[in-house]
Amino acid sequence: MKDVLIDLRNITKSFDGTMVLDDLNLSVKENEFVTLLGPSGCGKTTTLRIIGGFVTPDQGQVIFEGKDITSLPPNKRPVNTVFQKYALFPHMDVAENIAFGLRIKGKSKQYIRDKISYALKLVNLDGYEHRQVTSLSGGQQQRIAIARAIVNEPRVLLLDEPLGALDLKLRQDMQYELIRLKNELGITFIYVTHDQEEALTMSDTIVVMNQGYIQQMGTPEDIYNEPENAFVADFIGDSNLLDGMMIEDKLVEVLGARFACVDTGFGTMQPVDVVIRPEDVELVSPGEGTIDGVVSHLIFKGVHYEMEVTARGFEWLVHSTACFPVGTEVGIRVDPFNIQIMNKPVDDDEKAVGNGEMD
Amino acid sequence: MKKFLERFYLVFIFIFLYAPIAALVILSFNESKYMSQWGGFSLKWYVDMFESSLIMSALRNTLLIAALSSVIATIIGTAACLAIHQMKPRSRAVIMGLTNIPMLNADIVTGISLMLCFIAFGISLGFQTVLIAHITFNIPYVILSVMPKVRQLEPSTYEAALDLGATPLYAFFKITFPDILPGILSGFLLAFTMSLDDFIITHFTKGAGINTLSTLIYSEVRKGIRPSLYALSSILFVSVLILLLIINRPKRNAEKNA
Amino acid sequence: MKWTRKLLAGPYLIWMAGFILIPLGLIFYYGLTDSSGAFTLENIMAITDPQRANSLWRALKLALISTVICLAAAYPLAMILKRIAKNRSSLIVFIFVLPMWMNFLLRTMAWQVLLDRNGVINNVLGFFHLPRLNIINTQTAIIFGMVYNFLPFMVLPLYNVLMKIGNDVVEAAYDLGATKVQTFFHVILPLSVPGIISGITMVFVPALTTFVISNLLGGGMILLIGNVIEQEFTFTSNWHLGSGLSLVLMVFILISMALIAKYDKEGEGGAF
Repeated sequence: MKDVLIDLRNITKSFDGTMVLDDLNLSVKENEFVTLLGPSGCGKTTTLRIIGGFVTPDQGQVIFEGKDITSLPPNKRPVNTVFQKYALFPHMDVAENIAFGLRIKGKSKQYIRDKISYALKLVNLDGYEHRQVTSLSGGQQQRIAIARAIVNEPRVLLLDEPLGALDLKLRQDMQYELIRLKNELGITFIYVTHDQEEALTMSDTIVVMNQGYIQQMGTPEDIYNEPENAFVADFIGDSNLLDGMMIEDKLVEVLGARFACVDTGFGTMQPVDVVIRPEDVELVSPGEGTIDGVVSHLIFKGVHYEMEVTARGFEWLVHSTACFPVGTEVGIRVDPFNIQIMNKPVDDDEKAVGNGEMD
Repeated sequence: MKKFLERFYLVFIFIFLYAPIAALVILSFNESKYMSQWGGFSLKWYVDMFESSLIMSALRNTLLIAALSSVIATIIGTAACLAIHQMKPRSRAVIMGLTNIPMLNADIVTGISLMLCFIAFGISLGFQTVLIAHITFNIPYVILSVMPKVRQLEPSTYEAALDLGATPLYAFFKITFPDILPGILSGFLLAFTMSLDDFIITHFTKGAGINTLSTLIYSEVRKGIRPSLYALSSILFVSVLILLLIINRPKRNAEKNA
Repeated sequence: MKWTRKLLAGPYLIWMAGFILIPLGLIFYYGLTDSSGAFTLENIMAITDPQRANSLWRALKLALISTVICLAAAYPLAMILKRIAKNRSSLIVFIFVLPMWMNFLLRTMAWQVLLDRNGVINNVLGFFHLPRLNIINTQTAIIFGMVYNFLPFMVLPLYNVLMKIGNDVVEAAYDLGATKVQTFFHVILPLSVPGIISGITMVFVPALTTFVISNLLGGGMILLIGNVIEQEFTFTSNWHLGSGLSLVLMVFILISMALIAKYDKEGEGGAF
């Protein structure tokens, strides 16, 4: 077990009377790549800024290696931030930008020079020392922003949607780049994004947030395969989200048909949410599945076909490598293992809390 | 404590800026003719002001020159902005440099140079030369106000209007013009204010026959300024203050436009 | 279409050529010739006359002091305004432009009343048992008038340039370990240089060349280079000499313009 590096305890924060974070608890371990994932306004950036020291929580503590740093200003914290829009100093060249933190700390000229060339090598921008930052492309500016942060040897690197302003191809390249960097540096990364694909690609741990609450925390596989509530299921990847009734353990009724599943402990005759991933819906000949339907849409997506199947008034989203033209009658079958059962939230507040606190 | 110091400093600067104005408004009600004596409350200078043909003609000249010069400068300057925006960066830089000359040059040099020019070309000094001079120094204020708005223009909206069948002129007045209007208005107001407040350039280009309020006041400095002029200035100031407060009040959200 | 649009600059270019470039050319012509039209440097060398040299020296000194005071007063003011008046820039411009609707000469004259030996300020000071100010008709009064008249031209460009500094670069500096003071000197101050240069120019040039403020608050006894030039045109009518002295003044104006061109390429330090 790795050591806990940062511990957020009972953090509460509101801006102008609007609650942004409500009693948030989060532990980050040494050398972990943690991603805070959620829609805008979910509190992920505020959480990051509380760790960075730019926002003081109304209540709660920020513990770093057992020490309370809640009231420590940003310039005294052993963390550095890579900002969303880079925030490079426009009046300095690349080398001066990277040297900023080291000069503040009064490091020797030789040390600073070595560090700059080391950092530039690390971000693949060898020889860019004396370029003006304003002459660089977005991707290059982002690499400089990363170099500027890591030369200070922070224990934790905070990244606030650092790839948000880049185009798709560059964003994908930078994702691999960041994983490589993280492995070479061996430090903790806390990464904020609203892009689920980014989160799934890079993270050791994903923290899904919504309306100031943690919805679910786990490995990318856990989050994708075992979403704990409707919000997480809906937010991560595509999914079919259905109202269901738990008949008994391992048997659920959806759209009037009974599906075998593997979940237990939801009681009997209890309303539940049922999540089925589109790639887990098998299309078979009519009558061979649990329910029958008709293909109403068909789109070729490259890797697979995306189809919509109307069955018992519900539009099922289906991903399959086999092609069923529009109008084809099909049967729908789902492996019991691929049916995910979740408790229904009781009211709005609980909807926001989700299952995060029920476990 | 820090907040208190900040507030204190703001109030101090505010008093510094407005104390002489308050003093003049108070003095306009002073029965005594002398600045340093309080002779009791009186409205006589307000009456006197309307009876003085000298003051009234100076007021007329001042307002006429301010209005004409700011309107003409606004038209020329706005047209220039639209054209400059289309130019290559190099010629744009040259023209903006030219625009900066009257802004950065000393008023005394601008005034003298215009005077020499008028005399050299045989234009007799008078109302028309003051007007030309005011237009000249007003154009840069208009350009500096309008240019940022023109730069922010989204060319695609204008093109969309053309695409939807609008004539260029119609597209300009329906699409481009409303977008740059705040800049044009603030440029116009600034030009009007600068023209109203100018003394030095008017001093050199006016010739003997006419006066604006500024030159009239300057000619009276030695023998003592008649308080009727305080009265007039107070009326001007207070009416503009009220006017601007009314304009600014209902649309607080639009404040960043200027 | 693009070509016809450029024609819109026509009136402006003709106007600026006719009323800016030609008049400036005339100053050069008059300044470098004598009354018979022959080339001479005499009008420019006339600045070496002790009385004129003194007036130039005095003007430089007073303008420099006023500029320093304006900068020192305006910088913290602009910082405060940036903090409290986000998105209210037109209100700020409004506050600093509004006084111009009270005539400039009257506003300046009013300081005579306020600064008078028995004036309002001395009465207030006396009430608090503070020493009285006795500055009317001195160089101090002239500096006072300069600071009063030209302060807005320092505040507005500083405010504009400070408003353009993003909060993120300031946070980045804190994040990299800089204290508030270090952030100010390494980030905020260097980024506000265009506004500083623009403000310095907009205060220094009019202060250096004024003849009105010295006339109104100096009691007519303290001559600045502006007064000397003005007299050459209005009393002695020696246009050649007046133009020659103006050329000397223009050297300082040109230096200011060169500084602006160097530090403010984007025009971001503008006042309005």
